[in-house]
Amino acid sequence: MTNQLLGAVELGLVYGLMVLGVFITFRILKIPDLTVDGSITLGMAVSAMLTNAGHPIFAIFVALAAGALAGSCTAFFQTKVKIPSILAGIMTMSALYSINLLIMNNGVPNISILGSDTVFSMFQNLTGLSKHASLIIVGLLICGIVVALVEFFFTTHTGLCICATGDNEEMVRATSVSTTKMKWLALALANGCVAISGAVYTQYMGYADVTAGSGTIVIGFASVIIGETLCVKKSLPVGFVSAIVGSVAYRLIIAIAIRTNLFPTYFLKLVSVVIIAVALAVSPLKAALTERRNKTRRERENAANS
Amino acid sequence: MLQIRNIHKTFAPGTANEKHVLKGLSLHLAPGDFATIIGSNGAGKSTLFNAIAGTFLTDEGQILIDSEDVTFRPETYRAKVIGRIFQDPMKGTAPDLTIEQNLAIPYATLKKGWQPAITRRDREIFREALANLGMGLEDRMKTKMGLLSGGQRQAVTLLMAVIVTPKILLLDEHTAALDPLTAEKVFNITREVVAAKGITTLMITHNIASALELGNRTLMMDDGDIVLDIQGEERSSLTVAGLLQKYREVKGEMLDNDRILLS
Repeated sequence: MTNQLLGAVELGLVYGLMVLGVFITFRILKIPDLTVDGSITLGMAVSAMLTNAGHPIFAIFVALAAGALAGSCTAFFQTKVKIPSILAGIMTMSALYSINLLIMNNGVPNISILGSDTVFSMFQNLTGLSKHASLIIVGLLICGIVVALVEFFFTTHTGLCICATGDNEEMVRATSVSTTKMKWLALALANGCVAISGAVYTQYMGYADVTAGSGTIVIGFASVIIGETLCVKKSLPVGFVSAIVGSVAYRLIIAIAIRTNLFPTYFLKLVSVVIIAVALAVSPLKAALTERRNKTRRERENAANS
Repeated sequence: MLQIRNIHKTFAPGTANEKHVLKGLSLHLAPGDFATIIGSNGAGKSTLFNAIAGTFLTDEGQILIDSEDVTFRPETYRAKVIGRIFQDPMKGTAPDLTIEQNLAIPYATLKKGWQPAITRRDREIFREALANLGMGLEDRMKTKMGLLSGGQRQAVTLLMAVIVTPKILLLDEHTAALDPLTAEKVFNITREVVAAKGITTLMITHNIASALELGNRTLMMDDGDIVLDIQGEERSSLTVAGLLQKYREVKGEMLDNDRILLS
């Protein structure tokens, strides 16, 4: 059990930056960006090739750049070609499937990196810590560094303008800030984070699979929502951390549910969707209940008065 | 400061919905001019503002701001020198951001992107500017914009438009959604802010009394052109009834518009 919980925490940290990316587009830019499924696999593909070539750290930076490029592609579709945001994301995601196969040795759908040095094994060799300890420390380090950089970025004027673009695009345009540029920056940043997550995932799992990214966006949404529920204070700096917390919490919930035979592993995505649906249903349900209660109360009062 | 020469704009050209909205409109505003614009719905007032702000490019003619030809410049370029406020108090501010964050956004023209969004010095400037509004907002700078009333939002929007002094200020019925008392207050703030900085201003209004009271020129638009331009002696002696009479003379018909108030 301990091993499974540790594994869940590790996986949560590995996926943490993906959730951070989803948080940036979904909560700050207020656009559901479906590029994620493609850009996480892009990170995996890039990472597998470069790790096998002996550059596991460099792989993470290249993944970041590749993810940012993928995000830019979606931003281009949205702002210049004027394609609705959801379709723009789906288009990039689909195109990336081919690109990812191209990167993976020209069409090999599954590449193993077992035996190659990874950031995790390098850290373990360097410090002599146990496997789980080094996995968690490296995971925390990578998440910590990226979250700190993102936190800083959103205290700058550009960061503020990105927030404002998600909030009221028209107003931002009226103040001479290019919303095209802001959306482009946010989508590039978000998908860069997602691709880093993919790169780390490959080094954690020891393989890259071209189908491994499908349904990631749903896990991302679910994790964002769980994180927000857990972190009570609703401010931006807390929000970025809540993305990581949500990712770990999501994995722990799933691990416990699978352990207690609540559902088999392949139910993962169904459960993710149910989590999102339930979380989003809370506020309309509350409203409906209040209205209902109001109605019965007033009907009783009116009947008593007449 | 603002020179508009013979601009034309047709929407949906070549279709059944074709509409020729601006018909050879020309206008010259001297620096510090404050012109109010009146006219019935569909006269092309807002279209004129959109043409000046660059929301779309005009079909013909030329627009110069401070002697610079901006005819083919995009909206974001012109926004550096144009401050603009809309009728809808929701449109001018970002509801999820705080008052101070909203005020920091127009600083884009002065700041590099990587500089901190709000410094201590910025806060002092914002506090002072907010205090001048007399709405007590200077103590609520970390309040979310969405929690403010319409009048407070329009006042903050006005501050945002002038915090980096623009060359042209466009006010598109910015008090129309407010109750009469708040509208009066926002009008007074407008008058003070514009006078303090000597900003060249165009203001659309359906309130004929304020159209004569505020500023130094009153323009009347009809069917895509300016049909009356009243200033100086003639304007100061003009009454609301007199202005309506003038409009009838120009139009040769009764003014039958429910939105023009005889207040």
